[in-house]
Amino acid sequence: MSFPHRHLLGIEQLSQNDIVTLLDLADRYADLNRQPDKHADALVGLTQINMFFENSTRTQASFEIAGKRLGADVMNMAMQASSIKKGETLIDTAMTLNAMHPDLLVVRHPQSGAVDLLAQKVNCAVLNAGDGRHEHPTQALLDALTIRRAKGRLHRLSIAICGDIAHSRVARSNILLLGKMENRIRLIGPPTLMPSGIADFGVEVFDDMEEGLREVDVVMMLRLQNERMDGGFIPSQREYYHRYGLDAKKLKHAAEDAIVMHPGPMNRGVEIDGTLADDINRSVIQDQVEMGVAVRMAAMELLARNLRQADIQEAS
Amino acid sequence: MRRVFVNARLIDPEAGRILSGTLVTDGEVIESVTESTPKLPADAEIVDCNGKYLAPGIVDLGVKVCEPGERHKESYRSAGLAAAAGGVTTMITRPDTDPAIDSPEVLEFVTRRANVAAPVHVVPMAALTKGRAGREMTEIGFLMDAGAAAFTDCDHVVSDAKVFARALTYASGLGALVIGHPQDPVLSAGAAATSGKFASLRGLPAVSPMAERMALDRDLALVEMTGARYHADQITTTRALPALARAKRNGLDVTAGVGIHHLTLNALDVADYRTFFKLKPPLRDEDDRLAVAQAVAEGLIDIISSMHTPQDEESKRLPFEEAASGAVGLETLLPAAMQLVHGGLIDMPTLWRALSLNPAKRLGLPGGRLADGAPADLVLFDADAPFVLDRSRLRSKSLNTPFDGMRMQGKVLATYVSGSCVYEAD
Repeated sequence: MSFPHRHLLGIEQLSQNDIVTLLDLADRYADLNRQPDKHADALVGLTQINMFFENSTRTQASFEIAGKRLGADVMNMAMQASSIKKGETLIDTAMTLNAMHPDLLVVRHPQSGAVDLLAQKVNCAVLNAGDGRHEHPTQALLDALTIRRAKGRLHRLSIAICGDIAHSRVARSNILLLGKMENRIRLIGPPTLMPSGIADFGVEVFDDMEEGLREVDVVMMLRLQNERMDGGFIPSQREYYHRYGLDAKKLKHAAEDAIVMHPGPMNRGVEIDGTLADDINRSVIQDQVEMGVAVRMAAMELLARNLRQADIQEAS
Repeated sequence: MRRVFVNARLIDPEAGRILSGTLVTDGEVIESVTESTPKLPADAEIVDCNGKYLAPGIVDLGVKVCEPGERHKESYRSAGLAAAAGGVTTMITRPDTDPAIDSPEVLEFVTRRANVAAPVHVVPMAALTKGRAGREMTEIGFLMDAGAAAFTDCDHVVSDAKVFARALTYASGLGALVIGHPQDPVLSAGAAATSGKFASLRGLPAVSPMAERMALDRDLALVEMTGARYHADQITTTRALPALARAKRNGLDVTAGVGIHHLTLNALDVADYRTFFKLKPPLRDEDDRLAVAQAVAEGLIDIISSMHTPQDEESKRLPFEEAASGAVGLETLLPAAMQLVHGGLIDMPTLWRALSLNPAKRLGLPGGRLADGAPADLVLFDADAPFVLDRSRLRSKSLNTPFDGMRMQGKVLATYVSGSCVYEAD
């Protein structure tokens, strides 16, 4: 079981094999996480630092629990409150932390490429927990695991991603991952929320939601950021909900056993109907959160193995 | 003192040809250019060119020297040495310093500094509006008297059409050249890349190439209205070319330039957020690069420049969006331009029109020609010599070149300014 990467910066760098390796391991952790005794020892002795330059509750908590279940010493740093405000550059902050010899660095940053930049400057393994509009690899992996468990496979599915594609790192990572696994991807949303050059992505684009949802196996909703609702990108919240909000009526166009996903946090009544989100027969939103911990445990374990391997090689 | 260059391949951009022969300089000017070998005067210094190219020195329109304000990034001394090593014999300097060069007093100060410190000619430009703020025009008349060769707010677009129209009108009364930066300021606000698949995959805020055409269309309409002399600093997209061609056909006094990086690199070169490739305007698609190179070959785009923009490491070692734009180019302009010749995109005499004759003509300078009586501003170079660029060996104080580690061809062997040798390769 090899995972030939020093960092997890994005889905772009992963092969089909890497993805399957990671999901297989995560599957086992998903089972472990349902046991009363959830402890494993893959990260014992290692130090994990969560550096979040952008607000996050669920992703940070998920990484923290994942690290703790595997025995790592976990530290959280809320970076908005720290030296960044005092004018320290990202690289200086990274170098300072690097001097404390962490083994795993989990980073979220509001700017695309910032995590790549940081990874070039430190000795430890870096996990991208979301950088700007670029990538959010663990989210795509947990979505993939959720789909695989619900559908029994992760290929030749028809998957719709709906909403604000342009500003979404979740969408980018999912498009890359689901494409690599050979699924059919449909993007649904108003043209103002589609990224430029979308025609070259190997996806189908729809601005009519009912048409886009026709016979899909998976419906992935995206969060619409509040700051985009002011008339700049869409006319109003209610028009958006009318045209692109997922409700039972629109979902009827999808396959009968289609599952509904959302990366959270949800805006009920903006992009998704509240009752539908809670419908345990259709919605796998809670499973996504659960799989998040398992996928992050797997990702950190695979990177930690490589760290220890590198140590052995250096010593010999 | 006379200097005789024998066995040279002389690039004559004016006649559009290359001839093998001899060039004689006398003091600060060229005395003769002949195909035969003339009788060598006894007191002359003989330079055997060994069949290498001898061309008029490059006239680089749009060099940023960071004086006043940021001398740690580039001074007249360091820029001048870099220019000499790059075969640039005249730097037309930009006013986008901090503070901006927008008054005769500041202009006189920098001119004095330049003349003392730089071994090449320095011709300053001045801001078109005070503080480059786009509200009130500068003292265009006084600035011309003080030596300003052209007026530009550089990458600050004068967004108020009324202000720009008045400045153009006033400038046209004085015959002053106004240089615009065709880039719609609203569409391009915050953009770090050109929109398209690559920018979307990288998650970078991007601007449509249309922003260039929109701004050029506006500028050309105002030029038509005011009759001003206008130059577009950088035309980098296919879509802007028809508008430019139409304006020229209609007899407007319009020229256009392009930076060497947009002729030799494309958007994909940014790869994993390499900030040395962050430029303004951002790098374009390959189709655009080829179309723009073609436009230079056809003479639609008149001028190639380095758009030399020094940035220190701190300004570049940041996340891509936050990082400063621009690249140094004085020393790499010639080898990068050779890529265009070797790649068959532009022939040598045409290239030299764009590098030296056209900018000199546009600014009313005597250089850019190999003719009797023209200034002895010359560059001797080997068009084929290969090397790997090592940025730590550049003479600029700032080392932000996108060509670091790249294989290049074309080496400057010697540079002469007003007849004296200011650079000789070791």
